[in-house]
Amino acid sequence: MAPVLDIQNLKKCFGKFIAVDTLSFQVEDGCFFSILGPSGCGKTTLLRMIAGFQTPTEGQLLIRGRDMHAVPPNRRPVNLVFQNLALFPMMNVRENIAFGLKRQKIAAAEIARRVDSMLERVHLPGYGDKDIAQLSGGQKQRVAIARSLVLEPSLLLLDEPLGALDLKLREQMKIELKKLQADVGTTFMYITHDQSEALVMSNRVAVMNHGRFEQIDTPRNLYSNPASRFVAGFVGETNILPVRVTSSAPLKVQTTFGLELYGTAVSQPQGDQLDLFIRPESIILDPADSIGDINLFSLTVRSILFDGSNTKLLATMEHSDFELTVALPQNQQFSHIGKGDTVKAGVHAGSCRCYPRG
Amino acid sequence: MIRTLPRQRGYTTAFRIYIILFYLFLFAPLVITCILAFNDSNFPSLPWKGFTLDWFLADGPQRIGLLHDSSNMRSIWVSVQTALWVSILSVVVGTMAAFLFEQEQFPGKQGLYFLALTPLVIPGVILGISLLLTANSLGIFFEDTLGLDIPFLRPSFWLVVFGQFSFIATFVLLVVSARLKKFDHSLEEAALNLGATRFEVIRFITLPFLRPALIGSGAVAFLMSFENFNTTLFLVGSETTLPVNLYLQVRDGSTPIINAVSFLLIVSTSTLAVINLIMTKHETSA
Amino acid sequence: MKNHLRLGLFIFLTPVLLWLLLLIIVPHIELLIMSLHGKNDTGDMVWTLANYRHFFTEEIYWYTFVRTALYAIIVTILTFLVTFPVAFYITKVVSPRLTGFLTILLLMPFWVSELVRVYGWMILLRESGVINHLLVSTGLLKVPVEMLYNDISMLMGLVYTSMLFMVVPLISSLESMDDSLIEAAHDLGASPTTIFLRIIIPYAAPGITSGAIVVFMLALGNYLTPKLMGGKNSLWFTEQIYNEFIASFNWNQGAAFGFLLLALSSILIWSGLKISRQHLGKALS
Ligand SMILES: Nc1ncnc2c1ncn2[C@@H]1O[C@H](COP(=O)(O)OP(=O)(O)O)[C@@H](O)[C@H]1O
Ligand SMILES: [Mg+2]
Repeated sequence: MAPVLDIQNLKKCFGKFIAVDTLSFQVEDGCFFSILGPSGCGKTTLLRMIAGFQTPTEGQLLIRGRDMHAVPPNRRPVNLVFQNLALFPMMNVRENIAFGLKRQKIAAAEIARRVDSMLERVHLPGYGDKDIAQLSGGQKQRVAIARSLVLEPSLLLLDEPLGALDLKLREQMKIELKKLQADVGTTFMYITHDQSEALVMSNRVAVMNHGRFEQIDTPRNLYSNPASRFVAGFVGETNILPVRVTSSAPLKVQTTFGLELYGTAVSQPQGDQLDLFIRPESIILDPADSIGDINLFSLTVRSILFDGSNTKLLATMEHSDFELTVALPQNQQFSHIGKGDTVKAGVHAGSCRCYPRG
Repeated sequence: MIRTLPRQRGYTTAFRIYIILFYLFLFAPLVITCILAFNDSNFPSLPWKGFTLDWFLADGPQRIGLLHDSSNMRSIWVSVQTALWVSILSVVVGTMAAFLFEQEQFPGKQGLYFLALTPLVIPGVILGISLLLTANSLGIFFEDTLGLDIPFLRPSFWLVVFGQFSFIATFVLLVVSARLKKFDHSLEEAALNLGATRFEVIRFITLPFLRPALIGSGAVAFLMSFENFNTTLFLVGSETTLPVNLYLQVRDGSTPIINAVSFLLIVSTSTLAVINLIMTKHETSA
Repeated sequence: MKNHLRLGLFIFLTPVLLWLLLLIIVPHIELLIMSLHGKNDTGDMVWTLANYRHFFTEEIYWYTFVRTALYAIIVTILTFLVTFPVAFYITKVVSPRLTGFLTILLLMPFWVSELVRVYGWMILLRESGVINHLLVSTGLLKVPVEMLYNDISMLMGLVYTSMLFMVVPLISSLESMDDSLIEAAHDLGASPTTIFLRIIIPYAAPGITSGAIVVFMLALGNYLTPKLMGGKNSLWFTEQIYNEFIASFNWNQGAAFGFLLLALSSILIWSGLKISRQHLGKALS
């Protein structure tokens, strides 16, 4: 069966500016597919091309194997949840959700049934007669999604729908959205600049930068095997050290303050100036002597950033002022460490990922 | 249908033709009026007989240009004076009314606000005749009881000023209130907190914030007054304003002098409008 | 502090009260009183309903009254029909770079005195006017025809002079409407007609109401345009008022007519606001 969405060499220019740069990718049926990228990288533009509100400069766009060129937005089997929601202020919740169904000339009884079951689905039973202005941010959100979902599109496009919500609500909606998607089985294409949203909800994530995809992968792979310097820096927290190559097989690098470390080259190094990326949780405190294949150094604790289960150390590396963020294991094993203490630390060569200097 | 939605070619073309026709409709009378002000003919009509400035400059005996036409020149001057007074009065009272309704609390506020809005929805003719009746009754009253003759209560310059002011003040009130609504009251509170008095706050914080609205509404008030006809018609005394004077001429037949006056009006109001526009743009972007 | 606040209230309240009392309330009461006075058989001023009775018994008066009201409503509807596409084009269709320019161009003519604009139409339309000259000289017409001084030219003139007051509120309400509402409706499968009737018109309703109220009021109270562009039979009620005041010098009769016009305009505006569920403050701003 053809993928829900098949995009080939899609490009969009605004004058000289290239907003979406020759993209090709597929989205499988039933997938929760996210596009993650900084603001202004072209996410909305891409989404609006899929929805049909913008015409591609070049390239092909197929939905369920059908070429969408010259198919107007209202004939495409996709629906869009707008960045600002675009709920109709002059209609109540029920009328908003029923709007698309009415256009399909579905019988009134059937419409009422489907709207009610949709309201149930998004946990808003009995809200049908409320005005849009009476709803909270999270409820508006769910009405906007329900309004599109009730039409059973092949592909539901969501443009940063959680952007306007406060943090607490956003956490809650993340989980609800993921459940909702698993429930209805509709393919979701979700846009965000918030990495945690993308990682928590998606089956697959595409990381976008300057109109191009840097990597398309599962959230887990994205985090542990970032394919580019940009991805390594954008997804998850990380320490970045400028280094110089001293030998190439096995790869050995030296920091500006003279520490020698074994590392892993992710892409073919060009020149000998690299950036070394180390995740805070890959640093092992007080490693057992039995562990081999490990870089060893000492750390002096500068401060402890207490954040419950997410507590971290800020520590300087030996003979330098270079500050490293280190995640503390949750088992209280290191709760005795205090400011000014010096501890032994190690990191596997495989966790020292080297990328060409950006 | 809109920019981002696909459109049929026919729809776009038909729409564009309509818009072009509309703008033609909009400008045809003005452009023709201006052109015929320079036609070397004794009637404001075609055929074109050549270019002339006679209708502005000639001083007789066959043709008298606008500059030497004392009746029109006098009425322009009367209109300018009227408009100046009306805009000053309207801006002052309209702004006070805006402060009153936006910042003060008092019993009957809603009712008074409603009353302050009504002048804009009362036909101008009615405002004119009711003020005429009242002034006349007052005049008779003063004459009968005190033996005083108050010229101001007969159709006159000041009666016109007050008649126009009575509804133009409402316009200023609306413009200034709209701007006052956008005012961040924490600025006022901060100033009060720093020891400013209520009137210092208004003088140094609120009025500077309102400046674009005051200038803008003042300019529009000037134009509204300058071109008012309906209310003025009933209140005007021997000093006729320009619109009334023009009306009398148009009613009794037309000469290219009317075109010359119109030309000057069109040019000067457009200039004023553009200046006003640039200034408000400048103020809001600054 | 309390005293200072009261002083502020007093300073703002006094001029506003003077304005509304002396220039609005008292004159309108006087208008009502005058309309209820008339000369009796011996020539003395007495309270009477004769002025109003006169209005209802003389066919020409109430005929003109009804005619004026109907025509003012027609003018309001025509003005909406003519300007709505323009407002929509400027705000939603044309490239945003042109929006500002087209708007300025649109407002420009309305800064010019109504008299000048009417005069422009007169020299275009009349028998010796520019249009006739062009039609005859191109051979499309054999002899000039009078295009001025009839109901059509009068209606056109009224629409022309009141367009501004419709198009400005339309533009501002359409401007505040997010394009995504139209896109969402389209995305959900609505036809252009549905989008227009269910989304755009309801959204622009407040703008349409305020525009309609002002246009209606201006058309009803207009004197210049019907007088200069209408024909001998194109009677307008304001002309009756003018005749009573200036020509026949019967101010009591004129006051009664004025009061009736005021009542008519107030009732229609009030019902307009009621139907569209708005109030005056919002409609005017
Ligand atoms: N209609 C347009 N005309 C010109 N430039 C545009 C237009 N729409 C978007 N852009 C530009 O394209 C880039 C990508 O925009 P967008 O897709 O909205 O980014 P994102 O949604 O990822 O924040 C931005 O730099 C933006 O300025
Ligand atoms: Mg975006």
